[in-house]
Amino acid sequence: MARLNVNGVVREVDAEPDTPLLWVIREQIGLTGTKYGCGIAQCGACTVHIDGAAVRACSLPLSAVEPGQKIVTIEGLAPGADHPVQQAWAELDVPQCGFCQPGMIMASAALLAQNPRPSEAEIRQEITNICRCGTYNRVLAGIKRAAERGQSG
Amino acid sequence: MSIDIRAPRPSRRAVLAGAGLFSLGFHIPFAAQAATLDAAPAAPEVNAWVVVKPDETVVIRIARSEMGQGTLTGLAQLVAEELDCDWSRVTTEYPSPGQNLARKRVWGDYSTGGSRGVRDSHEYVRKGGAAARTMLVAAAAKGWGVPAAECRVERGVITHGPSGRSTTYGAVAAEAAKIEPPKDVVLKDPKDWTIAGKPLKRLDTLPKLDGSQVYGIDLKLPGLLNAAIRDCPVTGGSVKSFDAAAVSGMPGVKRVVQVGDSAVAVVADTFWRAKTALDALPIVWDEGPNAQVSSETIAATLREGLDAEQAFVGNKAGDVAGALKGAAKVVEAVYGVPFQNHATMEPMNATALWTAERCEVWTPTQNGEAALAATADAAGLPATACEVYKIHLGGGFGRRGATHDWVRQAVLIAKELPGTPVKLIWTREEDMTHGRYHPVTQCRMRAALDKDGNLTGLHMRISGQSILASVAPQRMVEGRDPVTFQGLNPGGPEAAIGYTIPNILVDHAMRNPHILPGFWRGVNLNPNAIYLECFMDELAHAAGQDPLAFRLKLMGNHPKHRAVLEAVAEKIGWDSKPPEGVYRGICQTMGFGSYVAGAAEVSVSDKGELKIHRIVAATDPGHAVNPQQIDAQVAGSFVYGLSAALYGACTVKDGRIEQTNFDSYPVMRMDAMPAVETILMPSGGFWGGVGEPTIAVAAPAVLNAVFAATGKRVRQLPLKDTDLRRA
Repeated sequence: MARLNVNGVVREVDAEPDTPLLWVIREQIGLTGTKYGCGIAQCGACTVHIDGAAVRACSLPLSAVEPGQKIVTIEGLAPGADHPVQQAWAELDVPQCGFCQPGMIMASAALLAQNPRPSEAEIRQEITNICRCGTYNRVLAGIKRAAERGQSG
Repeated sequence: MSIDIRAPRPSRRAVLAGAGLFSLGFHIPFAAQAATLDAAPAAPEVNAWVVVKPDETVVIRIARSEMGQGTLTGLAQLVAEELDCDWSRVTTEYPSPGQNLARKRVWGDYSTGGSRGVRDSHEYVRKGGAAARTMLVAAAAKGWGVPAAECRVERGVITHGPSGRSTTYGAVAAEAAKIEPPKDVVLKDPKDWTIAGKPLKRLDTLPKLDGSQVYGIDLKLPGLLNAAIRDCPVTGGSVKSFDAAAVSGMPGVKRVVQVGDSAVAVVADTFWRAKTALDALPIVWDEGPNAQVSSETIAATLREGLDAEQAFVGNKAGDVAGALKGAAKVVEAVYGVPFQNHATMEPMNATALWTAERCEVWTPTQNGEAALAATADAAGLPATACEVYKIHLGGGFGRRGATHDWVRQAVLIAKELPGTPVKLIWTREEDMTHGRYHPVTQCRMRAALDKDGNLTGLHMRISGQSILASVAPQRMVEGRDPVTFQGLNPGGPEAAIGYTIPNILVDHAMRNPHILPGFWRGVNLNPNAIYLECFMDELAHAAGQDPLAFRLKLMGNHPKHRAVLEAVAEKIGWDSKPPEGVYRGICQTMGFGSYVAGAAEVSVSDKGELKIHRIVAATDPGHAVNPQQIDAQVAGSFVYGLSAALYGACTVKDGRIEQTNFDSYPVMRMDAMPAVETILMPSGGFWGGVGEPTIAVAAPAVLNAVFAATGKRVRQLPLKDTDLRRA
């Protein structure tokens, strides 16, 4: 049994130590907003926050998560889903199929937490998640809008 | 985001709206709830398309699937427009394929592909909305004992003019359901639209922002087990043996089952445990007759087809051989495109529950009816004893429509565990190596120019794979695959060539490798536009003419093709000099009923690195249902088209696809994404799609700009295989 702090709740999970955190979150904990897209940290659909930093959970074994670390998933990003990134996404109608968007939002939120006013070049460099529907330009606009809001707010 | 919307003519202020989208769809029956098949609606339906609840919620039924392209919202807009309801109260639901079967296909075709979601169903869904409106008004009028003609409707509120009395849709819906449906209804003139045609927000956005949207892969059912599968790496091969005992003691493992002739699955309590055991499972394959096939052997077969005597004719006029013989100059080039995987972000998956009497499947599908047929077939049960629940799709792009191989597998696995629901999830590796690939083709272009540089003859010989021969042989016409000629047809409302060339021959030598093809977003329009539009650029340079002017000379009889091309030329500033070091390319095509053109600005560094600065795209889809979603589709189309043009290739070695994941099958990411400026210019009078056509102009616009920048013609895709450094 391992203990995980997910979205502020400490849970006991019964999984083999080499199980990727992604699958522990999805299958043992039952939070399915974090997606499986590639399993090799390429696409970012599984992005969660660990102590505030964006992490691709598909490639992090359960054994590598330390007991005191705080994991946040898309379900726990903000009460009422009102994080500035989520608000900007709603205003700009960013998602198409939406499958990559939880990871996209988590990566964007982590970027803004670290760098509240990123340049466009920094955004393009840092957000490497894959979207096959091709929402990149609205994602870019969404991050800029959320950044502005963060500054003014 | 940049969108330039142009009304058909200055006098008409309202922009026609309408998203002819690649797909559509909507919101799921929740797993547990869905399991009870005939869950009666909380309120009686007014008709098949419309349910109004006592609280004024309007539920619009959507038959097509939503897979990202906004079809769900577009179709709801069309119904709501005729219904005159309050858009802020609209929700949607999918009627199940089994309900459609039981009700004699009252919702029509469920197939969501070919950019047909809106354009094929707009008329009957609008009539559904209009008929419901008529019935709701009639019910109110009957209650008041007044003529219906004296009543008007605004946002779901019915008012009797003379008396001033009013009521609501919600209040009269139950009575309306008892009214005889009108035999005929008059639809609004699109210029009067107030809901359709407007850039409304999508109806399905919010659950996609907080993780609550349930995709097929997320489905939960009581007692659910999970399966991971491995199909023979070589298509056409089979399972020789496997050692189930080697893994049966691993954590969580419940069963190891053979699936059909060619696959093995492990069923466990969780997917990760199923996959872990599958990875450890010794399997011996009989790789069958295709194990020696490689990309090289396929290419050689296609090259032979370039000169073959027998070929199916798609477009023929005049005497091409004579024109080539009498030409002042003959220009020739051979182009080619590789296999492409759809690579939907959500890998294939399905959940199946089988008993001897009944089989139910929950799956993301572009065609619920086809999924139901596949379910019944695999289950060994009549379709009336089966049901499919359409779950939201994490991308479709054509992979989840024509063949339901993953549904068959899920049902076959579930048959081994009667009464237990089993969810099958493909790994990315399984998905990448067992796709239904964009077909591989080559094309030899040969053209005749007269002494003044006029194009007098063109022979396009396409050699390669037919999609229909594999996927839908019943749609072949006397052995010919008409889809092969997309964008090259002599005329017609679907995909006509935009040039008048006095002597033309477009033909197809069919060569079908064992790698299975499928409808890949944009289908044959993509390679055909690359072949024709890059070669037109070659011809213009051979004739010493401007690529735009060279084309326009041939487009006098093709005003809609010409209009979109001129629009992008104007917007990108074709007549002016680009910034230092920046080069331009231009192109146009027609497909899926819409006219599209693209223009690109690129630069290439001394190291041969390509940067795409700017894309301008113009679309004439006839009617535009949701302009902001069309803008999203145009931008997204460039991502899909450029991913393939720049990086995408599935290659074959030892009979199998070599690429296994996004590390070996790279796709476009944000760092490479150019700004996209969309010109939407619906000219009215026809309905075209918007989910696919623009993909076809992505590659030729950029490739022509790359030539302008480097003097290098990229004729074999993807571009990454070409060294772009100046010689």
